[in-house]
Amino acid sequence: MLIYVLCIILFAIGLYGIVVKKNLVKIIISFGILDYSVNLFFILLGYKRDGIAPIMMKGQDKAQFVAQAVDPLPQALVLTSIVIGLGITILMVAIAIRLYDKYGTFDVMKMRKLKG
Amino acid sequence: MNKPGMTLIVKTIVRISTSLILLYGVYIVAYGQLTPGGGFPGGVIIGAAFILLCLAFGKEVALKKMSTASASILDSAGALIFLGVALLGYIWGTFFLNFFPNKGIPFHLWTAGIIPLCNIGIGLKVSVCLFGAFIALVLFRVAKKEN
Amino acid sequence: MLLIILLIFMIAGAIIALETKNLLSAVIAVGAVGAGVSICFLMLGAPDIAITQMAVETLSLVILIRATISRDLTHVTAQKEVGGLIAIGVFMAIFVLFSTFALMEIPSFGKPLMTVSSHYVQNGLAQTGASNIVSAIILDYRGYDTLGEATILFVAVAGAIVLLRKKGRKKVGEKDE
Repeated sequence: MLIYVLCIILFAIGLYGIVVKKNLVKIIISFGILDYSVNLFFILLGYKRDGIAPIMMKGQDKAQFVAQAVDPLPQALVLTSIVIGLGITILMVAIAIRLYDKYGTFDVMKMRKLKG
Repeated sequence: MNKPGMTLIVKTIVRISTSLILLYGVYIVAYGQLTPGGGFPGGVIIGAAFILLCLAFGKEVALKKMSTASASILDSAGALIFLGVALLGYIWGTFFLNFFPNKGIPFHLWTAGIIPLCNIGIGLKVSVCLFGAFIALVLFRVAKKEN
Repeated sequence: MLLIILLIFMIAGAIIALETKNLLSAVIAVGAVGAGVSICFLMLGAPDIAITQMAVETLSLVILIRATISRDLTHVTAQKEVGGLIAIGVFMAIFVLFSTFALMEIPSFGKPLMTVSSHYVQNGLAQTGASNIVSAIILDYRGYDTLGEATILFVAVAGAIVLLRKKGRKKVGEKDE
């Protein structure tokens, strides 16, 4: 149970960074931390004690494999989620560079003061 | 010393290691149904090899290896392979049907019906997409600085 | 036990990444967090995810450094807004409340439910012929997910290229319509 609590603390750190920080690069980093914590939580939910990876080896006993393999479904969902996270990072970096060209700063407060 | 790119040491190391990285990426894509791996990690590794070329030698060399036109064609080809395999299942019934009647011998390379074909399509798509995004982030910046 | 040490290391890395003044150090610290996540995946029996996480982590680190380097490290306004602090306090309180409720419901660590997945694990090799069950789920049982993921990646990259291109952008002196 402690490990779930630590994972939720990591999530809260990411949430805090998104709301409080004023620098665009820090906000992108906070999104990344949020992404990691959610992915890790999914994999933690599917772990079986003394489990093995859900990949069958040659000559392995099937009954033992079924009894020991960890949950493969969260792994399949997280695998797509990681690549989507990379796409989100690329898009946010592009928007940040575009805003830097327009305003000359990464600071969110100064962007709000300059109109047009 | 006004050539683009990094120093001689970096260039020599990159020249040796890029082919090895590409080989590792192709292995991960091809053996995706047997060992850990598949289209996504293999595609990311292949894209990272081209990004390494672009960082070490400058963007001209990387664009000579893969121009933007061929990148766009390969990207569409990867997506169309994946979608075409998915649509072929309609001939026998449903979308994404694993339509090969004989799945092959387990633990050999060409098994598992449509899964290797889909892996190849996704690997092409992901690698070229990431390379294109990195080129967009680097190339357009440099073009703007010259004005 | 080792997992708890790794998670504490990752929390420390995340706090350093958010609180340091230097942007380059912040990016490198978040790289350390990503490497820790990758080692966690390897210990939890998910080698597929570990490979993907390591490759994606390296790539996003390169992209973030490319974005932050050669730009002046702007001085961020130090003033804290009282309204923002109150908002984050209320937000955190609600979040902690609901996550406590959720933690009472979910199964304890090491004992997953595996209602659908047991079917996949038992019949995956016979039905698809792939010995990697994760690959069988991604591309055979749940192909729609992968199709949507490819679409999202395409849209993200197309959006980045459209945002950054020079053609079609307004000149400096040009007026708004």
